[in-house]
Amino acid sequence: MSFITKKAAIVGIHEYELRRAPGVTTQQIQMECAKGALEDAGLKKDDVDAYFTAALSPVEALVTAEYLGIRPTYIDSTCIGGPSFIAHVGHAAIAIAAGVCKVALITYGSTALSEMISIGTGGPRPAMGGPNSFELPYGQTVVGCYALAAQRHAYEFSSTDAQRAEISVATRKWASLNPHAMFRQPLTIDQVLNSKMISSPLRFLECCVISDGGGAVVVTSSERARNLRQRPVYILGWGEAMSHGTVMSQMSDFTHTVASVSGDKAFMMAGVKPEDIDVAQIYDSFTITVMLNLEGLGFCPRGESGHFVSAQRTAPGGDFPMNTDGGGLSSNHPGMRGIFLITEAVRQLRGECGARQVPNTKLALAHGTGGMLSSTATLILSNE
Amino acid sequence: MAGYLKPIPVPDKVSKTFWQGCQRHELLLQKCRDCGRFQFYPRSLCINCMSQSLEWVRSSGKGTVHTFTVTHQNVMPGFSQEVPYVFAIVELTEGVRLTTNIMGCAPAEVYIGMPVTVVFEPISPEISLPKFRPSPSAL
Repeated sequence: MSFITKKAAIVGIHEYELRRAPGVTTQQIQMECAKGALEDAGLKKDDVDAYFTAALSPVEALVTAEYLGIRPTYIDSTCIGGPSFIAHVGHAAIAIAAGVCKVALITYGSTALSEMISIGTGGPRPAMGGPNSFELPYGQTVVGCYALAAQRHAYEFSSTDAQRAEISVATRKWASLNPHAMFRQPLTIDQVLNSKMISSPLRFLECCVISDGGGAVVVTSSERARNLRQRPVYILGWGEAMSHGTVMSQMSDFTHTVASVSGDKAFMMAGVKPEDIDVAQIYDSFTITVMLNLEGLGFCPRGESGHFVSAQRTAPGGDFPMNTDGGGLSSNHPGMRGIFLITEAVRQLRGECGARQVPNTKLALAHGTGGMLSSTATLILSNE
Repeated sequence: MAGYLKPIPVPDKVSKTFWQGCQRHELLLQKCRDCGRFQFYPRSLCINCMSQSLEWVRSSGKGTVHTFTVTHQNVMPGFSQEVPYVFAIVELTEGVRLTTNIMGCAPAEVYIGMPVTVVFEPISPEISLPKFRPSPSAL
């Protein structure tokens, strides 16, 4: 337990419904989401005094806050890739517990699909010079970096293509229960194994979708949360960590990520254990991302994630409900998916998930991975 | 070299010695005179002990494939025409690792643990890229 534990709560969320939004800007997506999340909470725009966002532009917080018409006095544009928004919730909880702000708004918006950005296979091209001179001349792709880990995991632990495919198939089953998911048709293991090779051993149906989208989350003190519109979702624990940037020769261990570091911090702060978690939202940019996260977070021993996900264990009705909105593999992935791990965890804790609701959910985990398996952030949430 | 479309390294105050070595077909590593550690890529200080006392040491140029992937899709100019190619991490006998490509064999022949030797590919008047091919004993 720490001074942050249960001092702040998520009181409002909104997820942009469309997966393809041609002609819409990222600021327009974020404005719609901000309004949705504030209405959800029963708060007004002028209540917001802290603002968090992440984007490739370092001054995105200023640009988007201006567009939203807010004048925050606490501003955080931490960008650690996909899990940025999970880190933001942690940072907001600290700031609220310390009394330096009262209502934190976190937003995200991206039009990756409409702009036809090939996120995983070569675009947009980063600037050369510095450390990139030792990486980019060799044809790095995002998929390729994760494939380096998948290849090594198969070598060290004999994990198989079929085991990884279990994750794609199970996640699609959850997506079939989410009316907003991008892909909802059932999928078989064979379909995954016969889909196009993108970067060996990772195939097309092991890679997340590319969509447009965005979301917003509102955080305030637990005290104030009890008098707002929704059942509060308390922030019990949070952790963040990194191992390297984008130069893959600097990743010290290709089958072990800093999920263990951010996870340990979050579990310790929350005073709970992995086996206490009722529903897990775990970043699934690729199948291997999920496997390394399951091991790092302590849901299974190192090297055993292939066995852990077998027999559709993570599917609806399985004993480890995971990525219940259909995840990045089937629902949406506009580039940095961390905010959707939070919104789905909150919906499960509020009991709003309809056909995909996991019964008796009291404790949820949202865990993101960013960069090239470089960074992680972990959040543990509770409805009591 | 004309019409080379892929990214070209940009030497700086620290890394220019490395790239000059590559021009002479020498793979140079930094070694810390204080703690004895090798490091790659080149930096202005030792990342282990922050010592300023770094020397350049010629690597054996030999190592093994630590992990790799055969890239079948890359939309970037220069690479899109070259798929499938092998994107790999090589661990040198000195203990440091490099991101690189494996050349001189079919992608399907590459395996983790494969012994490899450095080769230098000229890509501009100033830059030769260190890449690796299977050592004679590997295949």
